[in-house]
Amino acid sequence: MDQTKLFCKGGGCTAKLGAGILSRVLEHLPHGPEDANLLVGYDSKDDGAVYRLNADQALVHTLDFFPPMIDDPYAFGQIAAANALSDIYAMGGEVKTALNIVCFPETMDLNVLGEIMRGGAEKVIEAGGIIAGGHSIADSDVKYGLSVTGVVRPDQYYANNTAQPGDRLILTKRLGVGIICTANRVGEASPQAMEAAVQSMTTLNRYAAQCCKAFDIHACTDITGFGFLGHLHEMTDRKRSCHIHAKQVPIFEEALAYADEFLLTAAGQRNRNHAEGFARFEGVPFAMEEVLLDPQTSGGLLIALAQAEAPQLVQQLRQIGLPAAIVGEIEETADVEIRITND
Amino acid sequence: MIQVNAMGDTCPVPVVKTKNAIRDLNGAGVVETLVDNAIAVQNLTKMANQKGYGVKSERLAENRFKVIMTIGEGAAPPEPTQDECCLISPPGTQKNTVIVIDDDRMGDGSDDLGKTLMKGFIYALGQLDTLPKMLLFYNGGVVLACEGSPCLDDLNSLQAQGVNILVCGTCLNFYDLADKLQVGEVTNMYVIAETMTQADLIVKP
Repeated sequence: MDQTKLFCKGGGCTAKLGAGILSRVLEHLPHGPEDANLLVGYDSKDDGAVYRLNADQALVHTLDFFPPMIDDPYAFGQIAAANALSDIYAMGGEVKTALNIVCFPETMDLNVLGEIMRGGAEKVIEAGGIIAGGHSIADSDVKYGLSVTGVVRPDQYYANNTAQPGDRLILTKRLGVGIICTANRVGEASPQAMEAAVQSMTTLNRYAAQCCKAFDIHACTDITGFGFLGHLHEMTDRKRSCHIHAKQVPIFEEALAYADEFLLTAAGQRNRNHAEGFARFEGVPFAMEEVLLDPQTSGGLLIALAQAEAPQLVQQLRQIGLPAAIVGEIEETADVEIRITND
Repeated sequence: MIQVNAMGDTCPVPVVKTKNAIRDLNGAGVVETLVDNAIAVQNLTKMANQKGYGVKSERLAENRFKVIMTIGEGAAPPEPTQDECCLISPPGTQKNTVIVIDDDRMGDGSDDLGKTLMKGFIYALGQLDTLPKMLLFYNGGVVLACEGSPCLDDLNSLQAQGVNILVCGTCLNFYDLADKLQVGEVTNMYVIAETMTQADLIVKP
């Protein structure tokens, strides 16, 4: 067997548990005594936890790991790390330390693991952080990721559910990497599409987050396993509504073609089941619906800020090479939480 | 009626196998797909609804579901890709193509070149617009389906796209490779003879 390649069964954020079943479990967990310093915990379904140490400093904690979605171990390491680091940026924080999380079969070539961890370490360094340790488990399948600790000012972190009516929504990466990786798994993706998807997934959200610093960001999250609509739902949080303009959303065109071939994941279908309760498509083609529900690995930031500031932020994001666009707006509560029109 | 066994397959493989079966129908007919999870049922149902096929599903046991698709006369065939649209072939002529591989080298001459050519040939098969129905390995060809073969990724990919891969069991035993087989199903001479006599086209590289 060719040991320089990974065997993929559908990894990345497509391997995530569905949002629906997860909520049912989390709602029933016991809560300890309240701690006023826990500014963001899992009650809010946010990207990472924020814990205030003092008036000027808060810790941001997150962790993410998953099975490979591509067969190149080095690129997989980069993607898994970029994905894990992303939550710190979605909270408005700065990366400080990271711990490796490794599951690896004892019988497999250790050079493969070396390549995965090299890819991961390079991304942590690019993020300005350091690898401070890690933990490894012998397992039947490869899984890799990071536990990341960052810092943020307690009064300056970005929650994901504090968007205001009238805000514009900006997305910083193209959607569709989940569908492209799935098509690739059955030999149907073009090398160009795959290369573009890998390039997108290995891009740190650090640069987009740096652009945000000059603006008054109302809410921010990153798009991962629950897909664009699933993470947008966490942003509207049953308190607001929003209107998405499908044709404005940055996507990989190839993902539409593969969606029309039904090269779709189980996770995508779980996202569709979950979205039925809060999203309404109005004249959106089937393939575009699938892209909006597609589980993303290391997806972009979804940012809410005032209408007046939005065009300037988009311009700055584009200047650093990101395919950012204004994709919709937050509204007062309407009859449906998320309305998607084909304009 | 064509039956598709997609038990143990993760999405999108059940859909890919079912699409191949619908293509093999060459018109109206019924395809029954067995899957082991409800999400795969939903993904198959979604495809049927988009394509306008009749569809119903039933739960046979806890982790066993049957999805029955009825393809009408007027239904669009599954995803004719752009390339396939350009093929000028009247309906009903899709060939039962069998690729016979009886050596790990392609052509006479240099052994090294022959091995490189064979690897390239098997890769190229997976890129064809019309995939072969079956790959048949016997004698010196069986090593290509075994541990250490440079073609395993390409063969796995062909298999995932619905191409049947059969490997001669007598040959595996002769070369002491029975426990090294990595891809395909072990077969016997009866099946090999039947497969070759019923093929529309036999290709031997």
